[in-house]
Amino acid sequence: MEKLEILTASAKYDVACTSSGSSRKSQPGGLGNAASMGICHSFAADGRCISLLKVLMTNGCVYDCAYCINRKSNPVRRAAFTPQEIADVTMQFYRRNYIEGLFLSSGIMRNPDYTTEQLIAALELLRNEYKFNGYIHVKAIPGADDALLSRLGLLADRMSVNIELPSQESLDRLAPDKSKQSILKPMGLIKNKITENRSDLVKYNHAPRFAPAGQSTQMIVGATPDTDYQILNLTEGLYRKYGLKRIFFSAYTPVVEDSLLPSLDTKPPLLREHRLYQADWLLRFYGFEAKELLDEAAPNFNPLLDPKCSWAINHPEHFPVEVNRAPYEMLLRVPGIGVRSAQRILKARRAGTLDYPALKKLGVVLKRAQFFITCKGRPLEGLKVGEHTLLRSLMSGHELAQFRQPEVEQLSFFSDTDLESLPVAAASAFRIGV
Amino acid sequence: MFATTPLAYTYDGSFEGFLCCVFESYQWKQTPLAIHSDADGQALLLESKWIDTDSVKANRVLRSIPLKISPKAEELVRKGFWSSVPDKEMLLLNFLYLGFTHGPKVMDMLADDTVNALLKAVHLLNRESHHYMGFVRFTVYGPVMAAVIEPLGYVLPVIQDHFCDRFQGESFMIYDKTHKVALIHHPGRDAIIPLQEWIPPEPDEGEAAYRRLWQGFYDAIGIKERKNDRQRASMMPKRYWKHLPEMNGGLPSMRAGRPAAKRKAAEPKSSDTRQLQ
Repeated sequence: MEKLEILTASAKYDVACTSSGSSRKSQPGGLGNAASMGICHSFAADGRCISLLKVLMTNGCVYDCAYCINRKSNPVRRAAFTPQEIADVTMQFYRRNYIEGLFLSSGIMRNPDYTTEQLIAALELLRNEYKFNGYIHVKAIPGADDALLSRLGLLADRMSVNIELPSQESLDRLAPDKSKQSILKPMGLIKNKITENRSDLVKYNHAPRFAPAGQSTQMIVGATPDTDYQILNLTEGLYRKYGLKRIFFSAYTPVVEDSLLPSLDTKPPLLREHRLYQADWLLRFYGFEAKELLDEAAPNFNPLLDPKCSWAINHPEHFPVEVNRAPYEMLLRVPGIGVRSAQRILKARRAGTLDYPALKKLGVVLKRAQFFITCKGRPLEGLKVGEHTLLRSLMSGHELAQFRQPEVEQLSFFSDTDLESLPVAAASAFRIGV
Repeated sequence: MFATTPLAYTYDGSFEGFLCCVFESYQWKQTPLAIHSDADGQALLLESKWIDTDSVKANRVLRSIPLKISPKAEELVRKGFWSSVPDKEMLLLNFLYLGFTHGPKVMDMLADDTVNALLKAVHLLNRESHHYMGFVRFTVYGPVMAAVIEPLGYVLPVIQDHFCDRFQGESFMIYDKTHKVALIHHPGRDAIIPLQEWIPPEPDEGEAAYRRLWQGFYDAIGIKERKNDRQRASMMPKRYWKHLPEMNGGLPSMRAGRPAAKRKAAEPKSSDTRQLQ
């Protein structure tokens, strides 16, 4: 079936391909279950995980969003699946353990309501006819009727509406058929349904679950002039206001020529995407706020340092941290200490006082952490803190090498001799207090 | 804790057998220099002492672990035994010495070399098991399905519940080629049984069609502007590729070395399909 390749190629720019957050045991007579930790079944040539059969119902679309490969005016080959075909391929792939479930999206056929009905038809086949119990992530189509979206949500594990562009201004420019309102409305509806459902579940044990793995969204990075600061603020707002489970960032890959867009030979800004994911992690698991990481004056992430290192260097007043006493929240703020090693430190210090070799065993990256911690009140013996040693230790050579290619121009500003001119003013003032 | 004797213990390679080695060590207040299963072969120039497997002794040791250390420690010891670290028996013995001395606190002693090494070994086993939840590839042969894996650790008991729940209505087998065992499942019952050899039969045309479809999907989903072989190899190490249809051209007959392997297969294959049906 060539169709599958066409409709996969059209869906591949969508990120959100995780399968986590939904835990369901199998049912007699059915096939499959859902594992809450998420399972990756393969990894594509671009290194991204494949956990779901990610396809579009059709890549025909009545909209004409400039950044989208499926836009009406783009002369690509079009194809469409019937709900039956979608259900069959899903079952066959699932049975062979190729996939964790289905990620179903679609171009807009006729109108949002009709499109949503088609999605519902495919999911009903899977859930009711085939008793498929695996993971399903489905796209809520902006502009579709509330009642239809509610039905869709009862069939899926996760629902998402893509924001695509991080500001109304950018939407106006590139996606004239969409508006902030048309995206936020279904997002709000899904949020309310999930909350309602949660209280129903308390009252009735068998209330059907509405999108138990929550909702997510995606933003394209680099197609418009929006800054990291705007994107991160929006991200934080969405987590708070709409209770989103995940927000995905997608480095803009030019797929169609358009005068409003970066030219076709532009490399996707992968390092920028990477920094945003790092910052997103800091928001969700490390207790950071967007305004701590960026501000109007410095609205973009430093390509050379990850957001946590940048923050630490600019806030010498919080350091050094005494590993044997510091609370969890503070350990988490030390570069080189992640969630896992912070938890291990808490555990291990119940059994005895920790020294530097012990920290290393627990998985702390001393190369970075050494500048920010003390053990039993002492810094690491022989530690030298010059601007160069500090910055060199904090930069990840691996990360930079990996992303150097697409970032050539940007990086050439920061040749070795230019280290002093890095926008980390505090670096020179930074000394470990003993 | 005990005096080290210039002895190696040799046992039958079973978990019970290992527990008897622990019993032996405590009984004679001696620490052996090494513990080998008889499958290891005798590489060491040491006098060795054969330890009989005795389920009464084994049970005494096993029961004492949750009692004197913690239930978590029991799980750790079991999984440590399934892990693939070299000298896992001595590592586990040392861990038990520590555990019986310090009690539950040993589970917090993450910076201790023995505890740390054991946790790392179990972490690797868990990670490999998690990988296999994704990387097991079933081939459908009419009413039954079968998969072959070649794990470093003994992962089948760790992934058993996952697959038996997921495919509860199916008859399937996962054959662990490294450890020569197979997880066999029929609706309602399952077991891990020894199986010396099993070579998968050629898939039929229907199966081949789905592999091609899957391969087409795999090729279509990657974004070429983002190609990143290093990332892919770190997320999906190459040792798994051999058994992934999307990574080797889809059909096993296209793999090198197949015809030779197939000749050997004829007999065990038929005996095994009987087991499955």
